[in-house]
Amino acid sequence: MSGVAAIGIDAGSTTCKLVAVDRGGAIVSSRLEQTEPRVEVQVQRMLEATRAELGVDGEVPAIATGYGRKLIKDATRNLTEITCHARGVFRDLGRAGTLVDIGGQDSKVIQIGDDGRPVDFMMNDKCAAGTGRFLEYTAARLGVPVEELGGRALSTNQEEAISSTCTVFAESEIISLIARGADPDAILRGLHRSLVGRVVSMVRNVGIVAPLMLSGGVARNEAVRRMIADATAEDVILPRDPQLMGAYGAALLGGTA
Amino acid sequence: MTTSDALPHYVDSNRLEHFVNYEVVGKTALRVQRWRDQWKIARRQPRPNSPLNPPLRCVAHMKEIMSRHYLEGRYASGVRKVAWVTSGAPTEPLQALGYFLVYPENHAALCGVRRKAQSIAEEAEHAGWSRDICSYARTDIGSMISGQTPAGRLPRPDMLVCCTNICQTVLHWYRVLADYFGCPLVLIDTPFLYQEAHDHELAYVRRQIEDMICVAEEIAGKPLDHRRFEEVMTNAKRGAELWLDVLNRSQHRPAPMTAFDGFIHMGPIVDMRGEAVTVAYYERMIAELDERIARGIGAIKDERYRVLWDNLPIWFKIGEFSTWLAERGVNVLASTYTYAWGELAPMIDPDHPLDSMARVYLHPVLNRSAGHKLDAMKRMVDEFEIDGVILHSDRSCKPYSLGQIDQRDRLVKTLGVPALLLEADHNDPRDYSDEQGSTRLEAFVEMMEARA
Repeated sequence: MSGVAAIGIDAGSTTCKLVAVDRGGAIVSSRLEQTEPRVEVQVQRMLEATRAELGVDGEVPAIATGYGRKLIKDATRNLTEITCHARGVFRDLGRAGTLVDIGGQDSKVIQIGDDGRPVDFMMNDKCAAGTGRFLEYTAARLGVPVEELGGRALSTNQEEAISSTCTVFAESEIISLIARGADPDAILRGLHRSLVGRVVSMVRNVGIVAPLMLSGGVARNEAVRRMIADATAEDVILPRDPQLMGAYGAALLGGTA
Repeated sequence: MTTSDALPHYVDSNRLEHFVNYEVVGKTALRVQRWRDQWKIARRQPRPNSPLNPPLRCVAHMKEIMSRHYLEGRYASGVRKVAWVTSGAPTEPLQALGYFLVYPENHAALCGVRRKAQSIAEEAEHAGWSRDICSYARTDIGSMISGQTPAGRLPRPDMLVCCTNICQTVLHWYRVLADYFGCPLVLIDTPFLYQEAHDHELAYVRRQIEDMICVAEEIAGKPLDHRRFEEVMTNAKRGAELWLDVLNRSQHRPAPMTAFDGFIHMGPIVDMRGEAVTVAYYERMIAELDERIARGIGAIKDERYRVLWDNLPIWFKIGEFSTWLAERGVNVLASTYTYAWGELAPMIDPDHPLDSMARVYLHPVLNRSAGHKLDAMKRMVDEFEIDGVILHSDRSCKPYSLGQIDQRDRLVKTLGVPALLLEADHNDPRDYSDEQGSTRLEAFVEMMEARA
């Protein structure tokens, strides 16, 4: 298929994403898998499967992003998630604004300019608080699958306060709350509040240029979206497939580079 | 049997060791080493794969000067009076009195550059010092407790001078040193300046400098020679002026040196300001920089982005950052930190030494408001034609890091310059995450690329 312009690979800490775009910038193929320990082998396999599916060879540029980007030997270029997410979301939603990307290992707030390029950004500090890992790690203590987290948090009006923003200390707090017989859903709601508090302080730091947009795996969590909207009094809009935005942006940048 | 046991009673073993090991053998060996370094530099082959142009030739002289300083320190005890001082201490009268000066902060940085700081700091931590204390303090306290130092040996102090114009940690740190070494501690308290200094603040600091001179004279057993003091002040002014000229040479395009070079070449102005050797060294350095400028040779081969650095360097990452950024066409060519040792040169007045010292030592950037630093950064962005700013948020140095979030914000919003807050520490590698740091730096470079 000669219409394939580029392939974008987002080798994230939790999931690996691969997106191929045509010359018009539309997604022609995408894949998403849980990240395996040998990410370079995994990406190679995904890349070969995509090439076979689309009938293209190694000539099509492949742009890598995400934490594993430097391991991808087949990549023609690698770029940070900041540039790629900004481009992907800008293309999908067609707007400049403030993008919040909450990934597995870090979260970032990116101000996207009128041309789709990042104007400013801020990332969480050297700590898992405010990232997807925070929810994943603490929810594991409650035995709740990640997909159900948001729904469970929204299912109650009760909320247990989680005072620590440290992932490890928050887990200790959860253990104490469980021991006191607290409702697990109220604990989950408190956990979401804690994560959102951290993210919103970053958003305020960079400054909100409306609209507020959300990407990354955690964007699928409805509770996070609603709580960010409540805390900022702004509408939060999502691209069609928030988790693929990094890989999509990488592919778009590969097609135009 | 020790050396002193073997000597006749009328021979002072300290003086003998100082003379033989430092004056004769040490100085000669270091001179020979410098000749070898110069020979190597002259024969150096071009490095087509390196993004950096060859380092300055004068680095061989700087190595000799700094090594000589630390070597003399090994043999200074019992020969010269020794004072341990903070980096912002008013040292000119001490130099005029013949004191050998030890700068624990510079020593800690040396440990950092040699990648010894963590293991030495851990000695302090094992002895109960908190990891939340400045890593310079932990490195030096660890070195004091364990005797570990890449400098061979530091001489015991006869007096300590602590000036609070750089931070409040030094106040507690130097009390620990005074307790450990059992020697007098002179504290010079410099009120924080939100605006210009008031007359009563200048008088207050001047009085404390006078008190310091009294203590120093008593320990040295001689009065201050005012002619010598004036000479030291003249050298201090000239040295600071030259250092400022050195830094301002980077306003040229391409800049002939990087801020990382500056972090290394600042050794003499920090440790030996007031000495003739420092003046001579910076004169040599300027001549070489001018030669580079005339031939259009930059510090890096392909200077596409000019960057300003705020705060202390990350000592254990200097070499790596320098190459990594140069590979991407980034020349970090100015820093607020190196500027601090030059920008006050106009205030130094050898004709009014005490009044001008009071003024100078009240005005370091760290003793002034966050707004003052922001203004200085804005001016540097303009004068050095800066494309981006890296603000190192230094876990150890709270006074330098406080205000950076607002400073970054203003730089981005009022000047439209990309600015990155990079979390690390000047000496403790445990407080820097390579993976996260490099992602931030890469994104910062991509932002500059996008604007170009």
